Amino acid sequence: MIPTHWYLFLGTALFTIGVVGVLTRRNVIIILMSIELILNAVNVNLVAFSHYFQSIDGQVFAIFVITDAAAEAAVGLGLIIALFRNKETVNADEIDLLKW
Amino acid sequence: MLPQIAFFILSGVALVSAVMVITRRNAVHSVIWLIVTLFSVGGIFLMLHAEFLFAVQVLLYVGGIMVLFLFVVMLVNLDVSIKQAQFSRQWQVALVTAIVLMVELGYGIYRGHQGFTLGEAAAAPVAAGNTQAVALALYRDYMLPVEIASILLLVAMVGAVIMAKRKME
Repeated sequence: MIPTHWYLFLGTALFTIGVVGVLTRRNVIIILMSIELILNAVNVNLVAFSHYFQSIDGQVFAIFVITDAAAEAAVGLGLIIALFRNKETVNADEIDLLKW
Repeated sequence: MLPQIAFFILSGVALVSAVMVITRRNAVHSVIWLIVTLFSVGGIFLMLHAEFLFAVQVLLYVGGIMVLFLFVVMLVNLDVSIKQAQFSRQWQVALVTAIVLMVELGYGIYRGHQGFTLGEAAAAPVAAGNTQAVALALYRDYMLPVEIASILLLVAMVGAVIMAKRKME
């Protein structure tokens, strides 16, 4: 039997890797992929607690998280395409139209 | 002993490929490594008796979202950005901050983990089958959230079409 907190450590590590990706990368597509990593870490935690409490609710919430991830990926990638058409770049630090 | 070995293999593959995702220069390689990560996380779901979620992970994430990512990587011309610096200027600060965050979270879980070990003996798989249980919960207890999620997907679809359209009339 695997203790529940092992899964929580795995979720923490995945979450941190995703946060590092969001904060350090310049490529917007890879930033979006790091957000997917973060959402997966959340899913690991939800399913681990669903197993621990022997309740299905955690898995239902994980399904809603996956729905959100799909919506976010669709809109985000549409934004990236629109952005690339206008500015010919995918670097996050060159997209500074709103900066004073 | 076997579940522990499987857990360590799956989580090791997931973590190593997650690190590869955020360090690769070529975005296509990142997508491929992210697929490896998602498969390993799916294996973790399988170990937790969440078979339906494993299927959703493979079908929707690997089959849907990652193909969308690959499409966009192919559509966007990345030849210029591959030759440029891959990490932003503040990466040292970001790395230190994230590691501090991980240590804090890990320490909290380590201090509190006695609280999670109590109900472990009561673990028994749901008798009716995982997919049936998920379906009952989704369409009976969570009916309104499912409808809200469907509206969210509709809005996202319309938003993606409007964003990617060439010109607004």
